[in-house]
Amino acid sequence: MTMDFIQYGLGRWLHIMAGVLWVGLLYYFNFVQVDALKKAAADTPPTGAGITKHVAPRALLFFRWAAVATVLLGFFILGAKADDALLFKERAYIPIGIGAWLGLIMIFNVWVLIWPNQKKILGLVPATDEEKNKARRVAFLASRTNTMLSIPMLFFMVASGGIFRRAIFG
Amino acid sequence: MKNPLDSLWGTVISGFALTVVLYYLARAMMGGA
Repeated sequence: MTMDFIQYGLGRWLHIMAGVLWVGLLYYFNFVQVDALKKAAADTPPTGAGITKHVAPRALLFFRWAAVATVLLGFFILGAKADDALLFKERAYIPIGIGAWLGLIMIFNVWVLIWPNQKKILGLVPATDEEKNKARRVAFLASRTNTMLSIPMLFFMVASGGIFRRAIFG
Repeated sequence: MKNPLDSLWGTVISGFALTVVLYYLARAMMGGA
């Protein structure tokens, strides 16, 4: 098994699998859970307890660690070309560089804005009602920002290699 | 003005708009038209 096979073959495959898990759960939160919890809270009595107790913590567990796996595997694929991509040093690496920066902003949002605030919302760390309300807004906007950023991020990921890059960017 | 991220479809449309902007930025950075 050559290093190229491990880095570009296995590495890319695992990077995409981890990315599907990360962005899939991000889309679950934004397309499904946010609205479902809003409707559950309006029920009499409220019916969202099972989601916040059993579903959300498990979804967040896979979500945040899939983000780490995705980014680490992305750097594994880039290898010594990481600085060419992130610093836009080489023409061919500009699309993946933009995609990588979008991914880095997204993982920052996951670990710095979403997860610490979700811990307050879910009662995993103590917080007053006022702190919980603020945490809810920050986590929501960070999650929505990531959903927005995922669209160009995925575009630049799929537009960055070989025939795809030439077809899109010439 | 309402924050487009408060709406799911506002978020998705913002994502597509950002894609177009970044596409032309990337082309310019790559020396294209």
